Amino acid sequence: MTPDLAVRIGSLALKNPLIAASGCFGYGVEYGATIDLATLGAICVKGLFLAEREGHAPPRIVETPAGMLNAIGLQGVGVHRFVKETLPELRALGAVVMVNVCGSTIEEYAEVSRILSDAEGVAAIELNISCPNIKEGGIQFGCSLPAAHEVIAAVRKATPLPLIPKLTPNVTDVASFARAAEEAGADAVSLVNTFLAMAIDIETRKPKLTNGMGGLSGPAIRPIAVRMVYECAQAVKIPIVGMGGIATAEDALEFLIAGATAVQVGTANFVDPFIWPKLLDGITAYLARHRVARVADLVGTVQTKGKPAPQPSCNVSS
Amino acid sequence: MLLDTAGGRTAPVDCEAEVRANTRLSTDYHVLTLDAPDVAARTQPGQFVMVKPGRGLDPLLRRPFSVFQILRDAAGTPTGVSILGKIVGKGTGLLYALEPGERLACLGPLGRPFTPPPADRPVWFVAGGVGLAPFATLAEACLSRGLRPTLFYGARRAGDLHYAEWFANLGVDVRAATEDGSAGAHGYVTAPLGQALATAGAEAGPSIYVCGPTPMMRAVAELAGRHGHDVEVSLEQTMGCGMGGCYSCVVPVVQAGRPPHFVRSCLAGPTFRGSALAWEGLSH
Repeated sequence: MTPDLAVRIGSLALKNPLIAASGCFGYGVEYGATIDLATLGAICVKGLFLAEREGHAPPRIVETPAGMLNAIGLQGVGVHRFVKETLPELRALGAVVMVNVCGSTIEEYAEVSRILSDAEGVAAIELNISCPNIKEGGIQFGCSLPAAHEVIAAVRKATPLPLIPKLTPNVTDVASFARAAEEAGADAVSLVNTFLAMAIDIETRKPKLTNGMGGLSGPAIRPIAVRMVYECAQAVKIPIVGMGGIATAEDALEFLIAGATAVQVGTANFVDPFIWPKLLDGITAYLARHRVARVADLVGTVQTKGKPAPQPSCNVSS
Repeated sequence: MLLDTAGGRTAPVDCEAEVRANTRLSTDYHVLTLDAPDVAARTQPGQFVMVKPGRGLDPLLRRPFSVFQILRDAAGTPTGVSILGKIVGKGTGLLYALEPGERLACLGPLGRPFTPPPADRPVWFVAGGVGLAPFATLAEACLSRGLRPTLFYGARRAGDLHYAEWFANLGVDVRAATEDGSAGAHGYVTAPLGQALATAGAEAGPSIYVCGPTPMMRAVAELAGRHGHDVEVSLEQTMGCGMGGCYSCVVPVVQAGRPPHFVRSCLAGPTFRGSALAWEGLSH
């Protein structure tokens, strides 16, 4: 029997748990000729503000062992052009579209979300309160519990779409932010965004990125991301979308077992744009081998009985 | 505005290409020949491939390379591509060390090809170092149409003028310049190019294609501009994916009455009109 790969994130039904991660998949249309977007659970398009943004001056990425730093600076076309020019194309390609929503103010987050709610073809909103690379907006909301609660609650009022705040790992206790999101009316949380990091050229003694610092992604961060997904899964009842360095089906399965209902894949898509069917085949084979009928049955099945329940190393909330 | 979308693009192919040969030209330059018939069959002059040096996670990302040669069998069917490499870091060092029979992932072709030159004008290539790479396929395309290109080829010394003879044997008029004067004109490639520009008729201006270090391309674009000619350049930016997914390879293009706008080099380029670029904002 072929295992059932369908999962639900609140009211959002996905045919499988694989989602292309925001910031790693352009606006999706870039991949329309290369892969069948309809075969993915969903795609999460690049972060959108109300207006166009130019982002940071290059160099915007630098490689590190098993990972990379990026400081793109949320270059983007703005929500209006996206709705007018890109969304119709994504609909035609059959993609399930999640949109990563950014804002410099709470009002901007709410307004972008409202516009997307009125557009045809947006399946869910991922609220970006975690970008480490811009001064205004983003992480300033994601690192303060009251601010996170306030922006999520405001956007909750502005949209009936499934609302998924994307959490930053750059806090002491990520689970407390998952709880704040749940209390503020979020349908799910996604995590982790990138880890704030730095790389320096020792010859010039200058940072390798023009922006100075950037966000670390890739397999290097995976064990920390798995731990954070596990912590959040213990803390909240809403579903979790897990991500952080997933490059193989085994990696994706690890996140599901830790407590993620669905997973996002980002950096690995840069290395291999044809990764999606390989991941699906690997997950399907695993489920068949372990006689698990539905992938949803695997979620949060990590066996910790008989061992002390893992605890956050430091439980100080801001 | 300059096109920065995936519209109309055909899908690249990915293959586990077998290394057919890895010819070391010097202690840091080499030509890596790969069996990649599907990539070769689709490639147009000016396009690039993304290759993965090594199988592990360090380095993690692929590297972009202009397709140097398209290899064909006796019947003329494309069988593979070669890339002209230079060691600049860990990834390129791994590529230099590859032996025949090893395999590496090769994704392509990617990017916007060179604009084919009009038939009624001279065709000039201006190359510096590994900037020679995109001109082998463009030279073949020109010669097959009866156009005989001129290659202005700059290097530090005579020993660095790799493949100059290959281009000459193909039928290209090669004009070399070396910084130490050991071959061709003494100085930068702009010296013989400047002389040629001074004597070329303005009405039948040459189609000029440029690839090399960013300061050299900028100098050539400005020199040609003083003679009333635009150029087409092939840029080499740091790239994360080559597919338009990551927005890391952006270059600034000029906009009338507004500040420069970043476009993705992998989609809008790597070939650009020199006059379209805001050169002062281009990273080296």
